[in-house]
Amino acid sequence: MSAAIDLAGEALVADHSGALFWPQLETLIVADLHLEKGSAFAARGQFLPPYDTSATLERLDEAIARLRPARVIALGDSFHDRAAAERLALETIETIRRLTSAHEWIWICGNHDPEPPSDLGGRIAETLALGAVVFRHEPTAGRAAGEIAGHLHPCASVRRRGRSVRRRCFIADGARAILPAFGAYAGGLDVRDAAFAPYFRGSVTVWMLGRERVYRIARSRLAEAAE
Amino acid sequence: MEARLPATMLPPVFARWFESRGWRPRAHQMAMIEAAERGASVLLTAPTGGGKTLAGFLPSLIELAARPALKKRPAPAIARTGDRLESWKPAPRPGSPLHTLYISPLKALAVDVARNLGDPVKEMGLPIAIETRTGDTPVHRRQRQKMAPPEMLLTTPEQLALLLASREAEEMFSGLKTVVLDELHALVTSKRGDLLALDLARLTALAPGLRRVGLSATVADPDSLRRYLMPQTAGKETLSELIVGAKGADPALTILASQERVPWAGHSARHAYGEIYAAIAQAKTALVFVNTRSQAEIIFRSLWHLNELNLPIALHHGSLDVAQRRKVEAAMAAGRLRAVVATSTLDLGIDWGDVDLVIQVGAPKGCSRLHQRIGRANHRLDEPSRALLVPANRFEVMECVAARDAVSEGVLDGETNRKGARDVLAQHVLGVASAGPFHPDDLYTEIKSAAPYAHYTRETFDRVVDFVATGGYALRTYERFARLRKMPDGRLRVASPHVAQRYRLNVGTIVEAPLLKVRLVRSMDTRRAGVGGRILGQIEEYFIEQLAPGDTFLFSGKTLRFEAMQEAEVVVTPAGDEPPMVPSFQGGKFPLSTYLADRVRRMVADEGSWRRFPPDVAEWLRIQAWRSRIPEPDQLLVETFPRAKKSYLVCYPFDGRLAHQSLGMLVTRRLERMRMRPLGFVASEYALAVWALGDLAKIDMAALFDEDMLGDDLDAWLAESNLLKRTFRNCAVIAGLIERRFPGQEKSGRQVNFSSDLIYDVLRQHEPNHILLEAANEDAATGLLDIARLGALLRRVKGRIVTVNLPRVSPLAVPVMLEIGKEPIYGEANEEILAEAADGLISEAMA
Repeated sequence: MSAAIDLAGEALVADHSGALFWPQLETLIVADLHLEKGSAFAARGQFLPPYDTSATLERLDEAIARLRPARVIALGDSFHDRAAAERLALETIETIRRLTSAHEWIWICGNHDPEPPSDLGGRIAETLALGAVVFRHEPTAGRAAGEIAGHLHPCASVRRRGRSVRRRCFIADGARAILPAFGAYAGGLDVRDAAFAPYFRGSVTVWMLGRERVYRIARSRLAEAAE
Repeated sequence: MEARLPATMLPPVFARWFESRGWRPRAHQMAMIEAAERGASVLLTAPTGGGKTLAGFLPSLIELAARPALKKRPAPAIARTGDRLESWKPAPRPGSPLHTLYISPLKALAVDVARNLGDPVKEMGLPIAIETRTGDTPVHRRQRQKMAPPEMLLTTPEQLALLLASREAEEMFSGLKTVVLDELHALVTSKRGDLLALDLARLTALAPGLRRVGLSATVADPDSLRRYLMPQTAGKETLSELIVGAKGADPALTILASQERVPWAGHSARHAYGEIYAAIAQAKTALVFVNTRSQAEIIFRSLWHLNELNLPIALHHGSLDVAQRRKVEAAMAAGRLRAVVATSTLDLGIDWGDVDLVIQVGAPKGCSRLHQRIGRANHRLDEPSRALLVPANRFEVMECVAARDAVSEGVLDGETNRKGARDVLAQHVLGVASAGPFHPDDLYTEIKSAAPYAHYTRETFDRVVDFVATGGYALRTYERFARLRKMPDGRLRVASPHVAQRYRLNVGTIVEAPLLKVRLVRSMDTRRAGVGGRILGQIEEYFIEQLAPGDTFLFSGKTLRFEAMQEAEVVVTPAGDEPPMVPSFQGGKFPLSTYLADRVRRMVADEGSWRRFPPDVAEWLRIQAWRSRIPEPDQLLVETFPRAKKSYLVCYPFDGRLAHQSLGMLVTRRLERMRMRPLGFVASEYALAVWALGDLAKIDMAALFDEDMLGDDLDAWLAESNLLKRTFRNCAVIAGLIERRFPGQEKSGRQVNFSSDLIYDVLRQHEPNHILLEAANEDAATGLLDIARLGALLRRVKGRIVTVNLPRVSPLAVPVMLEIGKEPIYGEANEEILAEAADGLISEAMA
């Protein structure tokens, strides 16, 4: 199946929502939610539409309802800044609490949220290990033997008949997987950027997010990005 | 118009100056002086070379020469910086000396006019300071201009907006007597025109009684410009006076009778390069106008290949490095060049000295533009301008004939009355607030006096103000971050000085396509070693996106090899003399004007006029009449025919590429619903071709082309379209939702692009009626999609569609059929592209 990602011998599934699913452990993994990014800009006088947090959580809710995980891991940068939790609307707080109480929930710390809010349920961890796989926000340079991370917001472009399509994507090489950002306003970094170089060698594959499925594409077939 | 004053009524110093030059004041110049004495606002229309600019300034020079000198102001004791000195009050001073403000669409034009005005002022010994203020003016001079302005200030709409947003504005403009708007016809049709109209209203509020003077090329509908100039009041249209300058000698306009066969399709006019070169060789100095940058590149390179006489021929277009452009301009002014290949960057007023021939390559697309361009040749009114039109394909032959007829009849394209854009108003509201507190009631009255905004309801205005204050969202969560705050007396003020500061960084209405610098290095090895290379100019990002490393393309007159993107720069190496691999062709940039389209339709229908075309073009039409049909001017001819197991539909509305593209999008959606399995379409300036797997000969054409496609089909398409994302980004930048730049953190065009798409998606989903989406829809309808014209097209052909089902392709269909494969095929099949890329991998793996 095109959505299957093999990581350190474990069979994972790339979901078109941008979440990664580990069926055997009933675990759903999402990265870089960046909740309240819109209001962070608004506080500085730039009024981005105030709907990004609910849009992000609606998508997460949908993926959870569809894949029915027992455990959810948020890979860091779940909140756009330290003050994000103070700006959450009341209904949003309720939604988050409902989600965190219905599942085993782990907030991994990120650089945007080194101390995620403790009053929303779930537990907080710097890193987490499940079997041979380590979960952390920022990938570690060099060789890995099973690492799942976020932080880099990978995206990729393909070109056909003079038109190019750019989408968020998963990127993995069998030993390490980096997830696309899940947040509605999280920007992207092209996987051809030098920032990805320290983490992957050998045959690297990306899974680009489509409307209803993911598309598995060898890295060598991606369009050169103008970045 | 007759002069109402004899020349002897000029003040003696002016009369002597005219005499010393051996000139007599022209009738329209005297009429301008007379109008100024009555305090009347005026639109002056005159052909290029008619002394229009001097006519605009003469009344001010005369008034200033007679004005007793103001007491010089003391220089400010301390330099004021930014917003810090909130409580600083200027000491009472004599009124501002600023008498005349001149606005030009181009900063180069403002600089040029300042230079030209300097001569008479110096020669007459008038005590008048004339200064320019553009983006290039040093900061210290800009500061000084606010504190101690000159008598005459020459600037651009964006700089005026900035000046008006400063707290010094009120005092600086309090004594302003006259504002002169140059090349007004070019300004009013864009968002810059909206911004300028709002600024004019502001100026009038600061300087009641301000006289407005518009200078314009001859236009078809001067009333729209006369209305634009005047403050409007509800229920009553106010027009300025009109002075029409003397018509110059009729231009000598020829259409190249090529010895070669006229090509079926394409825009390059490659068949005629030899003949163009011969025409250049026979002229003293020639300007070669083309419609796009890439055309300019191709023809420039080809001319140098033919250049056996080694004629000095140069290239000038908007993407070239500024220093390079200035060099070409200087060489041209000094008479050192025999020809310049140029795009619309040279359309407007800058004086080019002794050009005696203008060559227009490709059809001019509109008669006003052709007029303007041929006016570049020979700036003396009494001698005819010489121009040569070089059609690039068969349809362009007809277009050139139509344009020539129109020019010789003195007819120009109509001007449309713009409706003021919401995003521009948002920018203006923030600008007004940056200058000082305002009352919404007063500001509403003020903006309604600007012609493009005269139709605005209070509700729309209030929504714009709300957008500026808090983003204008239904979900009111940003009140605590509001940029505007209400004062006890009902006025609104900016919440902090930072708001004003950010406004100043983002002002302006031109949002360019993201441009990337092109850096030429000798080889990639030296680049790695850190050797810099040089910048050739800037190129559109979308063009680079379609290149792979190793592809070659034309730029700056050279064939270049694309190597890599490095730090937002395009790194290229020389590719020698080889022909470029990637054709950088986007077709004509301007859509065919409605007026010219109409003339072309009539010419096609009238067999008697065909003898005016070259023999191969006339023969082409005769075979069309025999094999298929020639439509009447008010009919829409639709042909269907099978070809290579597909069914084709070709129609000929002659309504311009943009309207045809929109038509293609909507027709394809309908065909899909009719289960015709459409595969793609391609649009040209004259025709639209659609192909499908189903048999298109069997469908009801009246239903297919029914006007109701502009309802739900259009909405559904817009919801998916990437085009709307592009217009949304422009609106968002202009309205200040997305920042143009931040101190110290320059964003690349790509990052702006990406984040605005995300914002668009979220906003469209959660608040589809938001004011910025309305603005983007309106822009798309008038601009990129030309929905207004498409609507007119559908109404025109209702009940007048003639269908011919043919066994094979017709002669008239050949040009658009040849575009297939050369032009991108339109569709919104992003998911398909992804699937194809993924499937390609599978078949590769399974092979």
